[in-house]
Amino acid sequence: MKEDTRIGGPSGKFPATRWSAVVAARSDDPLERSRALGAIVEAYWKPIYKYLRIRWNKSNEDAKDVTQEFLAELIEKDYLSDFDPAKARLRTFLRVCVDHFVANQTKAANRLKRGGDVLHVALDFEGAEAEFVCARSALTVAASAESFDEYLEREFVRNLFTLAVADLRAFCGARGKLHHFQLFERYDLDDSGTSRPSYAELAQEFGIAVTDVTNHLAFARREFRRIALERLREMTCSAAEFRREARALLGVESA
Amino acid sequence: MNWLSDEAIARLRTAGAEPALAGTRYRLIERIASGGMGSVYLAEDATLGRRVAIKILDVPDSSGELAARLQREAHILASLEHPGIVPVHGAGTLADGRVFYAMKFVEGERLDRFSERASTLPGRLRIFQRICDTVAFAHTRGVLHRDLKPENIMTGPFGEVLVMDWGVAKILPAKQISTPAGMPHDQVRNHPGTLAMDSSRTAPKTAHGAVLGTPGYMAPEQARGDVEHLDERADIYSLGAILQFLVVPSARGTQTTPRALIAIARKAMDANPAARYASASELGQDIARYLDGLPVLAYPENVFQRIARWAARYRMAIVLVLTYLVVRALLIFWFRR
Repeated sequence: MKEDTRIGGPSGKFPATRWSAVVAARSDDPLERSRALGAIVEAYWKPIYKYLRIRWNKSNEDAKDVTQEFLAELIEKDYLSDFDPAKARLRTFLRVCVDHFVANQTKAANRLKRGGDVLHVALDFEGAEAEFVCARSALTVAASAESFDEYLEREFVRNLFTLAVADLRAFCGARGKLHHFQLFERYDLDDSGTSRPSYAELAQEFGIAVTDVTNHLAFARREFRRIALERLREMTCSAAEFRREARALLGVESA
Repeated sequence: MNWLSDEAIARLRTAGAEPALAGTRYRLIERIASGGMGSVYLAEDATLGRRVAIKILDVPDSSGELAARLQREAHILASLEHPGIVPVHGAGTLADGRVFYAMKFVEGERLDRFSERASTLPGRLRIFQRICDTVAFAHTRGVLHRDLKPENIMTGPFGEVLVMDWGVAKILPAKQISTPAGMPHDQVRNHPGTLAMDSSRTAPKTAHGAVLGTPGYMAPEQARGDVEHLDERADIYSLGAILQFLVVPSARGTQTTPRALIAIARKAMDANPAARYASASELGQDIARYLDGLPVLAYPENVFQRIARWAARYRMAIVLVLTYLVVRALLIFWFRR
């Protein structure tokens, strides 16, 4: 019974704890700080952009400008130094910051093109806008802070999973396991309208055995989980916060 | 793949949460419960063709604390072979790094839900006796449960009563282990099931000041975080709270609770540990005395109460004697007329 590994069996399957971007963003080391802020911006710019579109009814162009200006100010004025994870989640903190920022900003204010030398994250606003338009018809957001929190939460998860899927594609590609990713994409991501294919159908489609489908999918799902949780860990400050966020992300909160 | 629909996200959540059982002999069926530490899944043991429950940590645990706690729980369960404790079938680490253990799948109901339905007072008391027996057994093996409550008791369809969730159990130092009646103390210390002899399994220790347990069922000394001085009497307090849950009308919606039972629950839940029952067996024996119509340790009766209890216990005999006397008196009266 080789699966009944001894208690305390193989260790080190999980990667060592990645640095917390939220903590590192307050570092005195400019390089570390810049890298950390880059990670935070990557995780949050798209949810913020969509939030501005839906909560503040900003046009596409205005939402782009405000997103950029807000992120620039977040970095320049070091908003994150006021963040206390014991009091609120990072998403809620950022939403409140965005609300204050928009409320305090006159539309005619300087549309600064700041931060270019500080931040090196390409913001694909066209892609974000396409996603927003795609999803808007299905959105029924009530005008309350709670529902906007939920919206931001949903978009944060969507963005995090999107980034994790992209990472998984690169990970599989680099290891010559693109087939694994394609199976995962076909089985878990495909929304082409037809019903979800069976493992047997996938085996036929990819010209492999059903057991290979099972194994390849298990591999891809395992790596996806690992990558998504690694990215999530960057956005948390402590092990307890990470566990709480991870359980919410995976939908396994206590019943 | 730039756009992930809500449906795709839901599938990814499921894919990310499901344990990677590929490569094991278990086949996932469904998640049946989630707790503070992890989730319990129903699975099929493909080798033996039976259903099992698998408890798994939900998320990576960088500190290793939760993994150690789950492993320790598996060790404790494996060491406590008793009809009131769920048997462990296997344990290990999955391919995705999550620690797990597989145990018997108990088809039944939690005590809090079970007791909402029917069940007579004597029936509930007999279940309580079984819980006391199980806890007393664990105490003789040097294990405190520390989170006894109705939600952690399972009742099966064939009368099984199982004490579950030993995740925050404490292993007592050998000198603190209670001795079952008739067994010398050194014999208990050397019993193969006595966990306190193996110091490697006591880790991770709960830090002094840490509060583990459930408010309402937790002894005052446990709520204070006085971890080092906790002993069996903390569990006896929790048993008293469970008894109260089972018999007190406000909680149960039953008829008036007999004073003797209230006294038993109060004695078990005394704020002073020294004033509680000395052992879970003693508490269970007091319940047995109540069920047999005998005086209980916790409730000194006055003469009227003693007569009332005596009358209740021998009700049938008293009715027969009285009937005989009445009939005889009538016959005497009839023949003398």
